Amino acid sequence: MQVHVDRERCQGHSRCYDLAPEIFDVDDLGNAFELGDGTVPPELHDKARLAQTNCPEHAIEIRED
Amino acid sequence: MTATEPGRVGDFATDFDHTDPAWVHDPYPIWEDLRGRCPVAHTDRYGGAWLPVTHEGVAAVAYDTEHFTSRSVVISNVKPGPLDLPAPIGLAPPITSDPPFHAMARRLLLPAFSPKAIAALEPMTRQLCRDLLDATEGRDELDAATDYAQHIPLKVIIGMLGFPQEDADIFRRFIHMVLESVNATAEERLAQIENGEIDAYINAQIDDHLAHPRDDLTSFLLSAELDGAKLAPEHVRGTMVLLMIAGIDTTWSAIGSSIWHLGLHPEDRRRLAGEPELLPTAMEEFLRAYAPVTMARMVAKDVELEGRTLHEGDWLLLPFPAANRDPAVFPDADRVVIDRADNRHAAFGLGIHRCLGSNLARMELRVALSEWMARYPEFEVSDPDAVTWSAGQVRGPRRIPIRILR
Repeated sequence: MQVHVDRERCQGHSRCYDLAPEIFDVDDLGNAFELGDGTVPPELHDKARLAQTNCPEHAIEIRED
Repeated sequence: MTATEPGRVGDFATDFDHTDPAWVHDPYPIWEDLRGRCPVAHTDRYGGAWLPVTHEGVAAVAYDTEHFTSRSVVISNVKPGPLDLPAPIGLAPPITSDPPFHAMARRLLLPAFSPKAIAALEPMTRQLCRDLLDATEGRDELDAATDYAQHIPLKVIIGMLGFPQEDADIFRRFIHMVLESVNATAEERLAQIENGEIDAYINAQIDDHLAHPRDDLTSFLLSAELDGAKLAPEHVRGTMVLLMIAGIDTTWSAIGSSIWHLGLHPEDRRRLAGEPELLPTAMEEFLRAYAPVTMARMVAKDVELEGRTLHEGDWLLLPFPAANRDPAVFPDADRVVIDRADNRHAAFGLGIHRCLGSNLARMELRVALSEWMARYPEFEVSDPDAVTWSAGQVRGPRRIPIRILR
């Protein structure tokens, strides 16, 4: 699984960083980005999906292989 | 300028008023009814205003900064004309600013409100909550609004701005003036705003900070630069007004609504007391179901919205709380489900004006509820009919009589 935060859509609600800090981080302005290359280990798949379904701006993309 | 006709609303589709007692008491059935038959309501009150009530309609307006301007975000009987407000800054930047100025004004403030900056304020907030609860120790009856919720964001913001804590009463009066007296006549409202009290207070604080700079938001604003120049004095004053107004009533309302809900729903209260780890999820559901803040826009250019034609200069009420109750987006939208997992609620807005203080508000709400539940896991609203709600664009309980069960 691969996650990506669309920086154009992200408005800094910080829901993903709250719910899944193992996968997402925020910059000094509070805008989110995925850690590393966005690869999510299997044990964190549910957390990644939860972050996606709580993003008010629909800014999180998930690619499942 | 059209004065609001006094008197109760008959049909909210054609004559809505967000200060009508029926709306203030329980707006949810009104929005549900409108969703089925409008879905954009209109009123001639306040000089003419529109009201989308679906999630789709609210989102469409929030994302469209071309056809809708933010230069006036509180609907009242004082409707500004095209030249009455200092474009592009607006009276309280960045909430009243439009692109492209908006992004610069916002960027300046974002670091102070980022999750990591806000985390540093948590120990102080927790202590504040404990002190407030200590003061209620031994009582069987208390008011969750006036003894608790009200004081938390007030003291936090006063601390962030570096104003004297003993000025809390002055703050409360200003907030009431701006947010809850919107249905006063234009003459009354202008007199309140133009008597200069707010400006005089803020000027005194600015002078004090210029003479004695310190590590707080006021000194930060006074030394901040945009494009290599210090901020204009009206920008500094406007942002200070914004932080005073937007950071207090709103969070106070969210904390109060959550405690009110728990005091009326013993099954939710018991579950949360037994599973404190559920609080972050439950809290988001309270924010969805009882979102305090309705924003407003003015139409900048004629535009179609869900089949209606809106004209330049019209007001538009932007009810994020109504979007959060739209069953097209939230299954079982009118039921509070404290373990609702998927929750893309819009309590803090959508798009470029996402509440600047949302990380602060969430921290305050989480800390306030966890401290309350740790101290008083067993309580109930003692007299549901005695609960009163604020009127206007910020909705929250202002009296919440609580009985502690022992």
